[in-house]
Amino acid sequence: MRNEGSDSLHAEALSCVRGDKMLFRDLSFALSQGQAGLVTGPNGVGKSSLLRLIAGLLGPFSGSVDTPLSIALCDDRMALDEHLPLAIALRFWARLDGKTDADCMIAMAAAGMGHLAEVPIRYFSTGQRQRARLARTFLSSANLWLLDEPANGLDAASVELLGETLQAHLDDGGMILAASHIALPIAFDLKLELDALEPVEASR
Amino acid sequence: MIGALKTLIWRDVRQSYASGGTWLPVIFYLSVATLFPFAVGPDRDFLLQTGGGILWIAALLATLLPLDRLVQPDLDNGLYDQLIVRGITDELIAFARLISHWLAFGPPLLFAALLASGLMGLEGPPLVTLLASLAIATPALAGLAVMIAALTAGLKGAGALGGLLLVPLAIPLLIFGAGSIADQSGSALLFLSAVSLLLVAITPFAAGAALRAVRE
Repeated sequence: MRNEGSDSLHAEALSCVRGDKMLFRDLSFALSQGQAGLVTGPNGVGKSSLLRLIAGLLGPFSGSVDTPLSIALCDDRMALDEHLPLAIALRFWARLDGKTDADCMIAMAAAGMGHLAEVPIRYFSTGQRQRARLARTFLSSANLWLLDEPANGLDAASVELLGETLQAHLDDGGMILAASHIALPIAFDLKLELDALEPVEASR
Repeated sequence: MIGALKTLIWRDVRQSYASGGTWLPVIFYLSVATLFPFAVGPDRDFLLQTGGGILWIAALLATLLPLDRLVQPDLDNGLYDQLIVRGITDELIAFARLISHWLAFGPPLLFAALLASGLMGLEGPPLVTLLASLAIATPALAGLAVMIAALTAGLKGAGALGGLLLVPLAIPLLIFGAGSIADQSGSALLFLSAVSLLLVAITPFAAGAALRAVRE
């Protein structure tokens, strides 16, 4: 069960099955406003699936999760038109989220992309692509940010800048749930360590 | 919701026309019309008799051309995931795709049909009926394309499968559409409208369900 509209994030006995494999079982945690959570664990253990489940892109196998109404998801995909300059591509999401061009400039600056606003996205490097994804996430006014490896490909200065933006979001009463192998420069109130489960037959 | 729909449609339409892919069906359509007289000979009466049907088949085949660009790139790009996270439903996404695809597909095809009927020597009432039947059917053809693109998204050999799926689904359109040219009573056009309406009406739900299934 997934319920929207709560003012905090609350998971109760959450289990997730992908294909024939149970990824995690009986996961319970809560994040309230202004709190950040970090999900860790080896590759393939279900960190991304947990974030997608909270975002409403996957259904839980069992258990329930209460989420805020507005969520921003930053995963490994751009969702930006490759041939368009960053500022124009972001404008599409700005329109959908009810934001202005000025908000786009602020989001790009927060991601350290202000100087690349006029450059088509297909020319971006790995780190710049990641920062473009972050800019898209910062642009939304969502309360809960779900970040899947947000620091992938970022240099030290960019990680520092990311930390500042994340802290500002928390100070505003926002929530963050991040899955990251790279240490992020913010204090986490919650640490979730996912372990590989013993293979169990999943039956629906 | 209406604002989101407008934003989505505007993005897709602009992208279709900017990428130039819109003119591919048009060029294909005109090629068929040009080649047909070479294949069957320039006999004017024969061309008049068969031209309408050939132009209808060409319209069906032109529907197949943009299939791989309709859903797959946006799916790979994570666009749909981001829309779903924002609370926009799969049905609304599919509905927006139907409208934007028709806007990029319908008018250019009608324009091409007008040019192509010149090559076939069609004029007067048969020409008007042909254009009317295509105008009625293009929303349904766009809907079929969106449905098939969503159903085959993520599959290997989606293009070939798309062709196989289109043929049976498009038969009612072809029968009433091509039949309307010889039909004096106008009832074929009415049947065509009914089939077209039905296909357009189920598109958001069928394509939306396919998008949901591919995500899970």
